[in-house]
Amino acid sequence: MFDHLWLPRAVSTYAPRIDFLFTLIFWIVAAVWVLVTLIMIVFLLRYRSRPGRKAAYIEGNPWLEAVWTLVTAAILIGLALLSRSSWAAIKEGGPPGQVFYKVNARQFNWEITYPGPDGRLGTADDVVSENDFHVPVGQVVRFTLTSKDVIHSFFVPALRLKQDAVPGREIQVWFEATRVGQYEIPCAELCGFGHSGMKGTLYVQTPADYQSWLKQFYAGNR
Amino acid sequence: MAVAIQGRGAQARAAGFWRTYIFATDHKMIARQFLFVALFMMALGGAMAMLLRWELAWPETAVPLMGWVPEPTMYEGAIPPNTYNAIFTMHATIMIFFVVMPILLGCFGNFLIPLMVGARDMAFPRLNMLSFWTGALAGAILLSSFFVPGGAAATGWTAYTPLSAQASYTGVDWGQNLWCISLIVLGLSSLMGAINYITTIVNMRTRGMTFFRLPLVIWALLVTSVLVLMALPVLTTACALLLFDRMAGTHFFLPQGGGEPLLWEHLFWFFGHPEVYVMILPAMGIASEVIAVFSRKPIFGYRAMAYAMISIALLSWLVWGHHMFQSGMNPALGTSFMLSTMVIAVPSAVKTFNWLGTLYRGDLHFTTPMLHALAFVAMFVIGGLSGIFMAATPVDMYIHGTYFIVAHIHYVLFGGSLFAIFAGLTFWFPKMFGRMLSEPLGKLHFWLTLIAFNCTFFPMHILGINGAMRRIYNPLQYDFLKPLQPINVFITISAFVLGAAQFILLINFIWSARWGRRASDNPWLANTLEWSAPSPPLMHGNWPGALPQVHRGPYEYSSPLHDADYWPQNAPAEKIVSVR
Repeated sequence: MFDHLWLPRAVSTYAPRIDFLFTLIFWIVAAVWVLVTLIMIVFLLRYRSRPGRKAAYIEGNPWLEAVWTLVTAAILIGLALLSRSSWAAIKEGGPPGQVFYKVNARQFNWEITYPGPDGRLGTADDVVSENDFHVPVGQVVRFTLTSKDVIHSFFVPALRLKQDAVPGREIQVWFEATRVGQYEIPCAELCGFGHSGMKGTLYVQTPADYQSWLKQFYAGNR
Repeated sequence: MAVAIQGRGAQARAAGFWRTYIFATDHKMIARQFLFVALFMMALGGAMAMLLRWELAWPETAVPLMGWVPEPTMYEGAIPPNTYNAIFTMHATIMIFFVVMPILLGCFGNFLIPLMVGARDMAFPRLNMLSFWTGALAGAILLSSFFVPGGAAATGWTAYTPLSAQASYTGVDWGQNLWCISLIVLGLSSLMGAINYITTIVNMRTRGMTFFRLPLVIWALLVTSVLVLMALPVLTTACALLLFDRMAGTHFFLPQGGGEPLLWEHLFWFFGHPEVYVMILPAMGIASEVIAVFSRKPIFGYRAMAYAMISIALLSWLVWGHHMFQSGMNPALGTSFMLSTMVIAVPSAVKTFNWLGTLYRGDLHFTTPMLHALAFVAMFVIGGLSGIFMAATPVDMYIHGTYFIVAHIHYVLFGGSLFAIFAGLTFWFPKMFGRMLSEPLGKLHFWLTLIAFNCTFFPMHILGINGAMRRIYNPLQYDFLKPLQPINVFITISAFVLGAAQFILLINFIWSARWGRRASDNPWLANTLEWSAPSPPLMHGNWPGALPQVHRGPYEYSSPLHDADYWPQNAPAEKIVSVR
């Protein structure tokens, strides 16, 4: 239980950027919280009512108002500007690479379409797998995400990746996994009575393992 | 208007039982009606939260004492997934629309506005009555949905389409229809209330009550009423379109007919984010009143506080997209919404600093209302700060839809709104019921609630940091969530303590309303006008004799121009007694 107090191990190239922002915000927020709470506690102890004392008549202080408004605004806008570049790098475009898979969500499965031996999606030899998503490690993986029925959300906590799957829309998603392993793909948007338990598995494999798995998979689905 | 001083019973006899207690037009009686109905709904919504917590700690086991619930709602006490979805949908719908809004606006709005601006009643007393009964009807419609085939709505309080737009996706048919109808009817009730509040505040202020002599809670209620007036019609429209999709074969939100699922999200959150501030601005107003009175000091930066609320209200129309960063909306739009969201945090921070400034060099009295108001500030700080994580779009990509969000909204809505509601109820109880609450019981309730609240909701941040999704019926279905299960058990036990602690409040209320010490007109030695009326104020008229006149601002505490440490707004101007 106590080894789960912080973010889980990150296994994608952009996860460290997200974790960096999370950690930065955490320390800013923690400092503000400690400061505010300490000031409050000190005031509560120091200025608790004592007989014969009258409170100071202070209506405000325009300089203080200006200072704390501007300082807060500067910190927050700074955070927004800092986040902007990471957001653009992750969600707007991303590195070049071919769209290799199509992920189609439906109640309550992830359908992963592989392009088949010809390497092209949308041809007769495409192969569909239910819930098993195999990808090579260290390579940019691009896929088209859509849904057949309701809104789902493709979530891989270890990759820090989340993207809603919307019926009628094809959304481009990318990631580059940095560590071989198996990771769960829960659905993160309420999608009906089977929402809990809707999950797939992401198999991140070495390129050699991945190629041999792909060959076997295509052969078995001829 | 001459009103003879007489007992409440005598007044009731004169007007008749039905006109006094049921079809009441007196703003204080309507306030009590809103309060009692909302407290009943709070008990229901709270009980639902207990069921949710049982399921999350011990998934798919029978809930004790629930074996009587017939199938398919429960199976010998065990909760099936669709019932779980229905329970969290109804928990949120009830708590937001039938507890927090009715108490803040229906109860405090009704009770405080005429008394604090110095009016005999609301501008439109009959419209006020209609507003309550329309709201009660909406509540009855919502509760009836539990008993229709297929059960209550099970798509979350956000009712995302297409899940909610077609019965086949959830198996819930009339439950979702009734959900839409209930919210449309509730929208009407809220509009009637908002128009009444705005008209009363703008037109019925007594002599001398300028806008900048209004207590901050009245400013908050004014700003909130404008938000309600403009935001609720958007929800009504969205619900009407959803109902058409479900019942008339239209395709506003169904893509197979050319509809757009994200249209619902845009409409819902365009309403939904102002709605969030509808639920927090009056709470901020209540906290300001209570903190000023028990610090015996003017509120720090009165005008800054009023302007902060106005800027929150304006900015609240520009931030709805931050609920939709991962929705498939153009990511470039996400950047603009991130910026507006960061900016809207500024006025909230300013308000917090001003509350701290009010405490500075005060003469602090730790009564039960003050403790609740201080807890409001402390908890609202945590809820506000955790919101910054979500505002940062890349971080939101990870924590969106996780328990981090659940923790955040409960710190804002329970730690914020509900603690302020407790502060308000304990503060104005003497004025509402003419008797004092028990301070020892009040403090016991406060400490138990504060501790259990934090034990319940703080660990949810940790669940969220580990990626635990919200709206999941059985966390043990996921390998990566299994190690977190002890946290869920701890949260559930804390939630049970939190729920049980509320019985102390209930007992205190019932006992004190009947047998509590009689309250004087101004037990807290406060300045605002409601304390110049008898406790409780006269039915239909509030003040015996002439209306009070206002000579100064609401927060002249410990003034150097005056001997006593309070100086009621209506006390006639006097010569300077002493100058320090």
